[in-house]
Amino acid sequence: MEDIEHIPKELKLIDAKGIRLDGRRADELRPIKIEAGVLKKADGSAYLEWGNNKVLAAVYGPREAHPRHLQDPAKALVQCRYNMAPFSVTDRKRPGPDRRSVEISKVISEAFSAVVFVEQFPRTSVDVYIEVLQADAGTRCAGLTAASVALADAGIPMRDLVTSCASGKIGGVVALDLNKDEDNFGEADCPMAIVPRTGEIVLLQMDGHLTAAEFDEAMELSIGAAKQIYELQRDALRRRFASVAEAAQREAEREPPREEPPREMPPEMPEDLPPEVDDL
Amino acid sequence: MDGSAPERREVVIPGDLLNGHGLKPGSGTFNEGGRIYAARVGIVAEREGFVDVIPLSGRYIPRPGDVIIGKITDLGPSHWLVDINSPYPAPLNAKETPWMVEFGDTDRYLRVGDVILAEIVSVDEAMRVQLSMADRQFGRLTGGQVLDISPAKVPRLIGRDGSMVALIREFTNVRMFVGQNGRIWIDGDPEGVHHAAHVIKVIDASGPAPGLTDQVRAYLEAAYGRRATTPAERDDDGRH
Repeated sequence: MEDIEHIPKELKLIDAKGIRLDGRRADELRPIKIEAGVLKKADGSAYLEWGNNKVLAAVYGPREAHPRHLQDPAKALVQCRYNMAPFSVTDRKRPGPDRRSVEISKVISEAFSAVVFVEQFPRTSVDVYIEVLQADAGTRCAGLTAASVALADAGIPMRDLVTSCASGKIGGVVALDLNKDEDNFGEADCPMAIVPRTGEIVLLQMDGHLTAAEFDEAMELSIGAAKQIYELQRDALRRRFASVAEAAQREAEREPPREEPPREMPPEMPEDLPPEVDDL
Repeated sequence: MDGSAPERREVVIPGDLLNGHGLKPGSGTFNEGGRIYAARVGIVAEREGFVDVIPLSGRYIPRPGDVIIGKITDLGPSHWLVDINSPYPAPLNAKETPWMVEFGDTDRYLRVGDVILAEIVSVDEAMRVQLSMADRQFGRLTGGQVLDISPAKVPRLIGRDGSMVALIREFTNVRMFVGQNGRIWIDGDPEGVHHAAHVIKVIDASGPAPGLTDQVRAYLEAAYGRRATTPAERDDDGRH
């Protein structure tokens, strides 16, 4: 599937100095960038880049749950759809849900059900859509991290953001945040998600084998990284809402009430909106 | 916030610990282990011994006493179903109208697509909503246009004690109803409607910072070339 001819046979995933193929150390994350509120029509949204992963998350709701028989008279459903774009991987991915994405959707929606105040919105559903635009291992963590920001952006009441990160084992060494090559040729990958404030674990999976000691080490790495990612998530949300706040503030300062002779046409405001473009 | 120094309004994020010393957790917050945390993105406010988080986004969740603008989506022999822009459908019983509606005669009064101004009478724990338009101020809205804004911006559009709405009405002379569910109905001469709609869109696009009333007043004064008669207000509050 993956062409591995370009990789020399003797190449190690992690060398004697503890440097990985992409130059990271074992306990280093890939660079992460998060932006909240990127989609107009969704109630909440976020875009995230995590190394070579590119993920878009959108949240709708709470809204009437359909089909009706799925409605829960006591609480809201948190429904999640994780989907990979056909162009997100080197070989074209056959579009549509497959066994893997159905599983990821399920574990992510369960992770969010643990933090959202579902009992505040009986009979509704909160729909989370995660679209993977470009995949480079760790997309479920990336998707969950983005979706968590999107949920907060949508104004859904919840106990805390959910933060996710993976750790694994490559070339006999426990390492944080595996990329595609490390995931494919390494020994194990172990994604997890926590509620950072309480340290509660809401998602934990493992592919491959780790000893109990290695597992503990991997979890420690992931939890440490989750604290960093949590700050990035919070920062994305603060920027999202502070930017509107500051824009309005600057606007108010720049434009003191003017005294002008009457005019035929109103002056255009700087952020003048195009006339009547909504109501599609 | 009492119109004194315009304090820096801090945006809180779900999970933020709130300084709720001796206060009770209000809307948008939760209590865990004796501490109060923010449950949603918003701005912290203290009121009557409660700490609240005033939301900056989110859907409309009906509350008793809210005046809303609804659209008729379906009708039965003795009730109408009203879309109130929330996750919950709202039935309007024929008894809750100013008319004497005979059984099966509902379509003589309101049809699918009609827009009404009504009040939310009750919302039970299962979020079943009861509407009423029996009071004189309520009824069917004919003509005009309906604008949609984020329900979180409705308090800003109303302004403190209705100052913003009063300002818009004073200049544009439009007839205007603001529903708590983020729907606004306006009607008037085309120029007034144009300016009012523009102001409403600006308010919808604006953030939580103070100074919005001044900004809107500046726009309207420039548009109409005269001064406002309402007294200047330095700090427009997010609540009303």
